[in-house]
Amino acid sequence: MTAAPMLASARSLFTDRRSTLRKLLRNPGAVVGLVLLALLLVAALLLPPLLGSPLEQNLGVRLSAPSTAHLLGTDQLGRDVLSRVANGARLSLGLGFTVMLTSLVIGLVVGLLAGLLGGWWDEALMRLTDIFLAFPGLILAMAISAALGPSLLNVMIAVALVSWPTYARLIRAQVLSLREREFIDAARALGAAQGRVALRHLLPNSVAPLLVQASFDVGSAILTAAGLGFIGFGAQPPTPEWGAMVSETRNYISQAPWASSTPALAILATVLAFNLIGDGLRDVLDPRSR
Amino acid sequence: MREGGGQFLLIYILRRLALMVFVLWGVTLAAFVISHVVPADPAAAALGNNAREEQLQDFRVKNGLDKPQVVQYAVYMGKLFQGDLGVSLRTQAPIAADLRQFFPATLELTLVAVVFAVLIGLPLGLIAALRHNRAPDLLARIFALIGGATPVYWLAILALNVFHERLGWLPGPGRIDAYSLAPPVRTGLVTIDALLAHDPEVFVDALRHLILPGLVLGAFSAALLTRMTRSAMLEVLGQDYIRTARAKGLPGGRVVWKHALRNASLPILTVLGSLFGSLLTGAVLTETIFSWPGIGGYATSSAVSLDFPAVMGVTLVAGLAYSLVNLLVDLLYVGFDPRVSYA
Repeated sequence: MTAAPMLASARSLFTDRRSTLRKLLRNPGAVVGLVLLALLLVAALLLPPLLGSPLEQNLGVRLSAPSTAHLLGTDQLGRDVLSRVANGARLSLGLGFTVMLTSLVIGLVVGLLAGLLGGWWDEALMRLTDIFLAFPGLILAMAISAALGPSLLNVMIAVALVSWPTYARLIRAQVLSLREREFIDAARALGAAQGRVALRHLLPNSVAPLLVQASFDVGSAILTAAGLGFIGFGAQPPTPEWGAMVSETRNYISQAPWASSTPALAILATVLAFNLIGDGLRDVLDPRSR
Repeated sequence: MREGGGQFLLIYILRRLALMVFVLWGVTLAAFVISHVVPADPAAAALGNNAREEQLQDFRVKNGLDKPQVVQYAVYMGKLFQGDLGVSLRTQAPIAADLRQFFPATLELTLVAVVFAVLIGLPLGLIAALRHNRAPDLLARIFALIGGATPVYWLAILALNVFHERLGWLPGPGRIDAYSLAPPVRTGLVTIDALLAHDPEVFVDALRHLILPGLVLGAFSAALLTRMTRSAMLEVLGQDYIRTARAKGLPGGRVVWKHALRNASLPILTVLGSLFGSLLTGAVLTETIFSWPGIGGYATSSAVSLDFPAVMGVTLVAGLAYSLVNLLVDLLYVGFDPRVSYA
C-alpha cells in the first residue's frame, strides 16, 4: 500500500465527508452491515424498557417455544430470551466500543511516539509491541480476570491489553511513510512543535486505515469477550451476557435450541455487521487494497 | 538466490532467533508483572477458604511465595535457564511434565484444523476468484463472512448435537472411545502412537474423534483463508503477465497453477502464519466442549486456581510456538518468491 492514494482518500474523508458516506452507502456489503448495526442499536436502546426484566424467573414456562408472550421463547429458568438478548446487546456493544477506543488510544500513543522519536525509542516501543503480539491473548485475559475476579470490566481491561499492538504498528507505519513528505516538512519549517505536527498533521492523515481497523476491532473484541464469558471468565450469571448465555443454555440445545442459538446468532450478527462495515470502509477509503 | 545469499540468510535467521529470545524474555516479564501486581492470593486459591493461616503460610514458604517479588522473578528466571518451568501450585507436578502431557493433544487437534482449513479455504478461494462475481464467488464470500463471525463454541455445540447426538455419524467428546485401549504413549499424538503400536482400529477411532473438533476449530481459519486466497488471486489475475501468459496460448490450468497461484502465495502464507494465534484461542474454547485433554483446558484450570507458574508455562510455550511459526513463514517467503531476500 503506498501513501499517495491513502493520503488522497484520507483527505477526502475530511474535506469531503459526504462523498465518503455516499460511497459507503453504495457498497452493498457495507449497507447490509450498517442496517444490521442499526437494528442491533435499536434493539439495545429501545427493547429493554418495553420487555420484562431479563432476570425475572418463571419456572412455570421454562424452555417454552417462541410464542406471542415470549417472542423468542424462554430459557431453562423461564426467563424471556428476547429480553436477555436485548439487554446483552447493551453490554456487548458498550464493551466493543470501549475496548476499541481504549486500545486505539494506547496504540496511537505508542505508535506515534515510536514513529516520531525514532532511534532507541522506536526500537524499544516496537519490541514492547512484539512482546504483546506474541502473548496468547485469551490466556492472558483468563489470567487477568481470574486474578482480579471475573467481571465485565476486567474482561475489557484484558482484551484492550492484547489488542493495542495492531494500532501501534499501523500508526507507526503511517508516521514513517508520512514524515518525509513535503507538507510535514512545511509544517516543521513553519515552526510547528513536534506535538502539533503529530496531532494536526500526521494523525488526520492516518485516519483511513485506523477507521478500517477500528471497525474490525469492535467485532473481534465482542467475539473475544463473549468467548471469555462462555468459559466463565467474564460477566457472571445471571447477567445477560451473550457468551455466558450460550454457556448456561448449552445443555438444552435439543429441547430448546432458541435459548442458546439466539445469543449466539446475536454475536454472529454483531461481528458480521462490523466486519461488513470494515470491508466497505476499506473499499471506499482505499480502493487499491481489498 | 544470489551468491553469498546463504550466508546472509544464516545471519538473518540468527538475528531473528536472538530477537525471539528477547521477545520471550519480555513475555515472561510481562506475564510475571501482570500476575503479581494483581491482588490475588494463590495460596488461598490452592488450599480453599477453610485453610488456617499457618497452612497458608506453609504453602507460601514451600512455593517461594513469601519472598519479595523481584527475588521470585530472579529465582524463576534462574530455573528457566536450566529448562525448569517450576512446579504447578495446583497439580504439584513439574510444569514441564504437565505441558509435555497436554501439549501433544492440542498439537494434534491444531494440525488437523490447519489441514481442514487449507483443504477448504484454498480451493474455495481459488474457485471464487476464477468465477469472480458469479454464484460460486458469492457462496464463497458468504462462507468467509459467516465463518469469520461465528462463535466457535456455538459451532462446537451445534456440531456435536447434529452429527453425534442426532445423526450418530461421528463420535462425541474425547480423543478415543471410552472402551478403546489407548496405545502406549510415544509421541503423544494418539493417531501416530496407534500406528506405531500397529493398532489400526484405535487409529481409525482416533481419526474419527478428530473430525468434529478439527472441523470446528478449522472453520474460522478456513473462512479467513478463503477470503485471502480469493483477494490475492483476484489481484494477481488482473496483472499483465497473466494476460500475456493467456495470450500466448498457455492452457488455463497452467496459467492458474504456475503463474497466478505462485504469485498469490505470499499473502496466503502470511495469513496461515497469523492464524496460529487464533487457532490457540479457538483451541481453548473447542477443547472445553470436546473434553479434549489439551493445553487449553490446562490453561483454563490453571487460571481458575490462580496457578500462575502454570499459566506462565503455557504462555511461554504459546509465545514460542507463535514466534517459531512466524519465523518459518518469513523463511518460506524466500522459497516462494524469488523477489524476497534477506540479504
